[in-house]
Amino acid sequence: MLNFIFKRILSSIPTLFGVLTLVFLLVRVVPGDPALAILGDAASEEALQAFRERMGLNAPLWDQYLSFLGQIISGSLGYSMTTGEPVLTTVLRVLPHTIELTLFAIFIGVIFGVPLGIWAALKRDTWVDYVCRIVSLIGLSFPSFLTAILLILVLAIYFPIFPVISNPGNSASSHLYNLILPGLSLGLIMTAYVMRTARSSILNVLSEDYVRTAKSKGIPRSVILIRHVLKNAMIPIVTVVGLYMGLLIGNSVLTEIVFNRPGLGKLIVLSLSQRDYATLQGLMIIYAFLVVLINLITDLAYGLFDPRVTYS
Amino acid sequence: MSNSLNYTKKRIGFPRMNLLTTIGCSLFTILIILSFGASIFAPYDPLEQNILSRLEPASSVHWLGTDVFGRDTLSRILHGAQLSLIIGLTSTGIALILGTVLGIIAGYRGGWVDIIIMRIMDILLAFPTLITGLLIVAVLGASAVNIVFAIAITLMPNFARVARAPTITLREREFVEACRALGYSDIRIMAFHIFPNVIGEVVVLASLWTASAIMIEAYLSFIGLGVSPPTPTLGGMIRQGLDNILDAPWVTVYPGFAVLFIVLALNLMGDGVRDATDPKLRG
Repeated sequence: MLNFIFKRILSSIPTLFGVLTLVFLLVRVVPGDPALAILGDAASEEALQAFRERMGLNAPLWDQYLSFLGQIISGSLGYSMTTGEPVLTTVLRVLPHTIELTLFAIFIGVIFGVPLGIWAALKRDTWVDYVCRIVSLIGLSFPSFLTAILLILVLAIYFPIFPVISNPGNSASSHLYNLILPGLSLGLIMTAYVMRTARSSILNVLSEDYVRTAKSKGIPRSVILIRHVLKNAMIPIVTVVGLYMGLLIGNSVLTEIVFNRPGLGKLIVLSLSQRDYATLQGLMIIYAFLVVLINLITDLAYGLFDPRVTYS
Repeated sequence: MSNSLNYTKKRIGFPRMNLLTTIGCSLFTILIILSFGASIFAPYDPLEQNILSRLEPASSVHWLGTDVFGRDTLSRILHGAQLSLIIGLTSTGIALILGTVLGIIAGYRGGWVDIIIMRIMDILLAFPTLITGLLIVAVLGASAVNIVFAIAITLMPNFARVARAPTITLREREFVEACRALGYSDIRIMAFHIFPNVIGEVVVLASLWTASAIMIEAYLSFIGLGVSPPTPTLGGMIRQGLDNILDAPWVTVYPGFAVLFIVLALNLMGDGVRDATDPKLRG
């Protein structure tokens, strides 16, 4: 297992290296002078020059590339051009909010999506199935800002149960209270995805020979469902959850804007408008790292449900 | 040769329409007619401001109300939807062509060509879709052409993967071997013998990816990286309406539903076509 993890990390190094190079090059072609954007029009030529010198913007491109790689290896991910703080520190301050939001959405998606998917599959071609399928199709066509806006309108304005602006406090209860609406807005869409996948993968398993055999042996329905069907149907569900977790981390940007909630998305939009490309490239690396990490965890999760999967 | 054509026909077939697919197709046709005929159907000029009728709710004069500048919401939605559809369809088209070509080359040539192409695709897939689009648009500047390019680049790896997989098995088939024996060039084999057999599977997914493209465009313009104002974009309208959500929620909600309808129509269509062509999912 450890060997597998090590190999996987090793094999993702070329991809991550490619990501680094791509980000470095892309960010260098951002139009506009970052010195001018950050110091403002009123700054003197000397001040601008000093800023460029300090940020290493005058150095040749390959030199900038080497120091960029150095900053990544040292773990600081460079220094913000606006605050001078290590990018990693800035990112780590907001990252928990995004992770919390994503995990909550996944949680909602799984606890509602899996049972609904099972129900629809068992009641195949009845009205239950049709309603579930239509609702899930509508759900996954919902742009995530629309669910956010509708939830705000209903549960924060017409019935002021939850706050309009999600500003997680220090206490655990305030965290949860501020997490529910944004989490639901992403979680409902996630439910639609999970429900669809659960339905089709359970239908697939139900037609397998071993399910028929189990039935003919007289094993109770509930045991067949849990031991045989659900366990085998979990693999596609895990795949979809992993796939959409990456998507959610990206899309949380919209939820964060609507709810005015801190997070990676808010940070990337801010650093774009400030032309803070040190923060921008640090963030891109964090995003790529998270996606690689999620893929790894997804692969490991397969083993939990399918003993045939070995990590060697 | 005839073998390959039969194979294509069997795979694409004529979609077996069910009720949902029919609804999706009809909805999409209506949306296309309404949005592309926006200059005929829209009751007002989408840019015409009227300070006296700001943030009006829906009425017989303004069917879907007005925004903060007194502009007619319905007219702006129709024009915005037109832009969304143009961007969504062209970017998916470009992604489909680029992705399929790259996927076929990677699958057919194999070896280091395959490794390099698919590595680049992996790098593009290493970011959440929206983030890739966001960075490209931020770098190139927000214009319709750049947005189309950005969305095409983000969607391209998906098409490449779908096109590569069947190419690898087709490469070993007798008819391809026969082509090679006849001395056909690789380009000829890929263009006239592999491509017709692969395109079916790719096109089936195209309408689902068009839905994603339209979603990404709406997200980008919502973030402020859309086609610049005053041109109406659905995402931009939603973002602007958000400021007045307390006293005029319709300004932000209606364009949101417009995005929902477009994406839903495409998903219904795509689902139906995929189910009809994939015997495993039938039923």
